[in-house]
Amino acid sequence: MSIYAKLAYTILGFLIVLNWGFLMGATMRKIGARMAGRHGIPFVQPWINLLKNISTRTVITHGIMYYIGPVFRLTGGVGLFLFMPMVFTGSVDGPWTNFSFEGDLILIMYFNVFGMLGMALGAGEGGHPYAAMGIVRGLAQHAAVELPLTLAFLSIAIQFDTFSIYKIVEAQQGGIMNWVLFTNPFAAAAIILAMLGALGHSPFNLVKAPNEILIGPATEYEGTYLGFMMSAGATLHVMEAVLFMNLVFGGATSWIELIVKSFLIYFWSVFVGMVFPRFKIEQSVTWFFKVPLVLGLLAVIIYMF
Amino acid sequence: MSELDLNDKMNEMLANSEANAKKAEKTFVRPEDEEREVVAPDGSIIKVNPIYDYFSGERPQEEKPRGGIVEKFLNWARAESIWVLGFGTGCGSIEIPPLVTPRFDMFRYGVQMRPTPRQSNAFIISGYLSIKTLKRVIRTYEQMPSPKYILALGSCTINGGMYYDSYSTINRLDKYIPVDVYIAGCMPRPEALLHGFVKLKQLIKEGKAEKANEYARNFDEYKANQKKIIKDWNMPDYNW
Repeated sequence: MSIYAKLAYTILGFLIVLNWGFLMGATMRKIGARMAGRHGIPFVQPWINLLKNISTRTVITHGIMYYIGPVFRLTGGVGLFLFMPMVFTGSVDGPWTNFSFEGDLILIMYFNVFGMLGMALGAGEGGHPYAAMGIVRGLAQHAAVELPLTLAFLSIAIQFDTFSIYKIVEAQQGGIMNWVLFTNPFAAAAIILAMLGALGHSPFNLVKAPNEILIGPATEYEGTYLGFMMSAGATLHVMEAVLFMNLVFGGATSWIELIVKSFLIYFWSVFVGMVFPRFKIEQSVTWFFKVPLVLGLLAVIIYMF
Repeated sequence: MSELDLNDKMNEMLANSEANAKKAEKTFVRPEDEEREVVAPDGSIIKVNPIYDYFSGERPQEEKPRGGIVEKFLNWARAESIWVLGFGTGCGSIEIPPLVTPRFDMFRYGVQMRPTPRQSNAFIISGYLSIKTLKRVIRTYEQMPSPKYILALGSCTINGGMYYDSYSTINRLDKYIPVDVYIAGCMPRPEALLHGFVKLKQLIKEGKAEKANEYARNFDEYKANQKKIIKDWNMPDYNW
């Protein structure tokens, strides 16, 4: 496949992911509303919010880093997308595999943290006195989530003897019993539990919950900046769901399968959020160190020997 | 005696008492925020003016709508996505929480609460407004990005309501900040508030909700009124 065709597929794929992210977010809020007995927001609300934020007439900036914060966050989302094989088509050079290459799992792990670091830099310049506190809490929880995730990723990499996500997906084809969910249950369990923190839904959403006094990094962002961050959030939600789908749930052979699987994976975090109230940071960090970390360690130890 | 006259008199009394005490002239700048020279870690001397880290020294500018079909489309988006600042200024704010319950459910109209003025475009002045709160309201209003809308809830914002002769509350809100929609009643029911939102959406879609520009246009007049009633004016004239 020529590089131009690949580029065209990648751009088209990103548009699908962005819009699916918005629609998925709206659907989840709708489900939450129905749980509470409300009608909830209209399905088109995320797009309207984005349009409104972009059309804000006053946009206040605090300097270069403040501007770069949301850009970094969106870069994190786009980076995750660029190197992730979306749909398994039988060949790594196929249409929807983007720029996946040998060892992209390591790059993906890096892009996972990238957005968070960008926000830390940007919010630091925002001038909001509590931004630093919000960032510290965010990074603390993120570190607690990343540790079990990384261990589980390592375990899967050792299991299939590759760091290529495409090859991991390829090895899981041919039936539900080939999924990592069944062939490496400890790693799968660690990912399924740590995923709750990565997707940032309740009970692990203290960092970005708007009702908290220290809303933290996002407080000072408005207008176009906020629009950027909303787009980044939508992309990241889909891409993280796709990452876990590729690693644990056998990947997808069509866009329909991808949409169904990413919806179910994201719904898992929303389902847990409906049941459990918000955790404090020390509670969530302790929990991540107690349960998913131990499972991740077990997964690595089992495949070491 | 009207409200402004009463306040003139109080200001005069305050000035007299200060003159009697022979106090030094008061400014809004605290000593640590004054413009001064400091020595940087590398030994060079630099000028700092910390007050401008907290405030902007610029006047608000009128931001003309683009006009035409683009502005109509953007106004539709603004009307369908009203983000309300979560700041209850008076007793009327008790009517806001029911709006998120299943019975009233404001989310279906595109109305949401936001925690910070930077991200909100609507401000509900809920009921009576004490002079102390007015100061915070002005600061908050000026921090909101334009276009911004104000809903005045309850009779107190129209003519003072049951607090019309109180020493500590204002009587007419639109002397101090421009109001888009008044919702009369004491207290108005949540349905009335929802109706206010519908009315506001209608105004935005018709392009008539340009009060932020009116505030910028009549800035001096609004500031004069605000300074008349706020006795300890310890902030610059424009803060965002």
